[in-house]
Amino acid sequence: MKELSDLTAGKTALVLDQKDNVAIALTDLASGDTCTVAEDGGKKYEAIVIEKIPFGHKFALADLAPDAPVYKYGEEIGKMKVAIKKGAWIHIHNLYCERGM
Amino acid sequence: MGDKFLGFKRENGSVGVRNLIAIIPSVFCSAKVAQRISESVPGTVHFSHPVGCSQVGEDLEITAKTLIGIGRNPNFAGVVVVGLGCERFTPQELFEGIAPTGKMVEMVVIQDEGDSIKAIDIGTRHARKMQQVASEERRVEADVSQLMIGLNCGGSDTTSGLVANPALGIASDKLVAQGGSSILTELTELLGTEHILARRAINEQVASDILRVIRNMEERLKQQTRHSSNEKRKNLISTGNYDGGLSSVVEKSLGGMKKSGNAQFVEVFAYGDAPTKKGLLLLDGPGHDGEVTTGQAAAGAQIVCFPTGRGTPSGFPGVPVIKITGNPRTFQRMKENIDINAGAVITGEKSLQEMGEEIYQEILAVASGKLSKAEVLGHDEQFCITRMP
Repeated sequence: MKELSDLTAGKTALVLDQKDNVAIALTDLASGDTCTVAEDGGKKYEAIVIEKIPFGHKFALADLAPDAPVYKYGEEIGKMKVAIKKGAWIHIHNLYCERGM
Repeated sequence: MGDKFLGFKRENGSVGVRNLIAIIPSVFCSAKVAQRISESVPGTVHFSHPVGCSQVGEDLEITAKTLIGIGRNPNFAGVVVVGLGCERFTPQELFEGIAPTGKMVEMVVIQDEGDSIKAIDIGTRHARKMQQVASEERRVEADVSQLMIGLNCGGSDTTSGLVANPALGIASDKLVAQGGSSILTELTELLGTEHILARRAINEQVASDILRVIRNMEERLKQQTRHSSNEKRKNLISTGNYDGGLSSVVEKSLGGMKKSGNAQFVEVFAYGDAPTKKGLLLLDGPGHDGEVTTGQAAAGAQIVCFPTGRGTPSGFPGVPVIKITGNPRTFQRMKENIDINAGAVITGEKSLQEMGEEIYQEILAVASGKLSKAEVLGHDEQFCITRMP
């Protein structure tokens, strides 16, 4: 059984919209990993994650303050409960959404 | 002219992609008799359900309209209605709702026949006869504008919203552009995106309908979770969704609405009803996989397309369900259940556009007779009529 990381060349992440402040890991990422982030428009750059980011999960592309909106698909998916650093994992432990979890 | 497929032309002008006999109980009390009739005649499908009696008002009306709608679906060449005889939703109503399509319909009522064994006997004879008549039907060329697909999804992970749903959206747009129809449902999974959906309405009436049905659904969910004893049952998304990386209902909703592409919504219609317009449609119903497919099949959808990131094998009796995963690992593990690997976009083998085209071609192939994997394996779990509180 191949792991997804074996199916994809290198460590990669995807940004779905130019307004987004998160990237989605397309491979499992370990703390300290550098990955290639592909933007919607085709632009690519390197980013370092500061936590373990499982495949399909999100990490911050910038430092975010408490109550800062989190954007994916160019739309707000929730706000930060706490301050986080660039490269940190964003999930239900640190994100809240007034419309429901 | 649009693309073509090979289907079964019905008396009322609709086109089926399958040519089956449906055995439909009007009430749960006749479900086993319906199942036994179906087991006696290979090639038939049955629709066992837990409702049809001890219901009132809108709840009973939805059951009635949905069962009639299933019977009217063009994938069925004939229908055997099986009643008990004292139920609130009478077998006569079910029979009379289906008969105007012009297809073969017969009715068996257990209390009239005397007992369940006699009812199975009579019903089996009806089904045998219909099956033989239907076997002489041949597929003929039909325009894709005759196709109506249901858009559904379940067992979502991040790849559903990232890859599988957007690719399905491309296929849906292509069908709608050629005069076909595509139905989005799952209102519980569209919460938080109503302002975006309303922007895509063809006119103000449809925009206000979209806002109204989603607001009503949200109100219903609030009612269901208002007691503190239900606190831990409040979550709108499942544990599997969280594990897959989705963090909020809005995030899930945005990914979910991607499967409806970018076309304009032309109509919002109620559960149990059939639409009056062609194009992209919104069916007012909740997010349960089975309730969605059932409402779409009752509306006349001949095929359902079903992205699943985590992987689910379920299918529907008589209506092919095409499984699509955006997760290449899920496809590796569940390739016996999943028809299309949209994970090829994640591994860099295909573009989203190419993936959309592949899904569209698969819809045409299945419409022309290719069996989906869920059909081959006999999966039929998704028949499930929605209830009103």
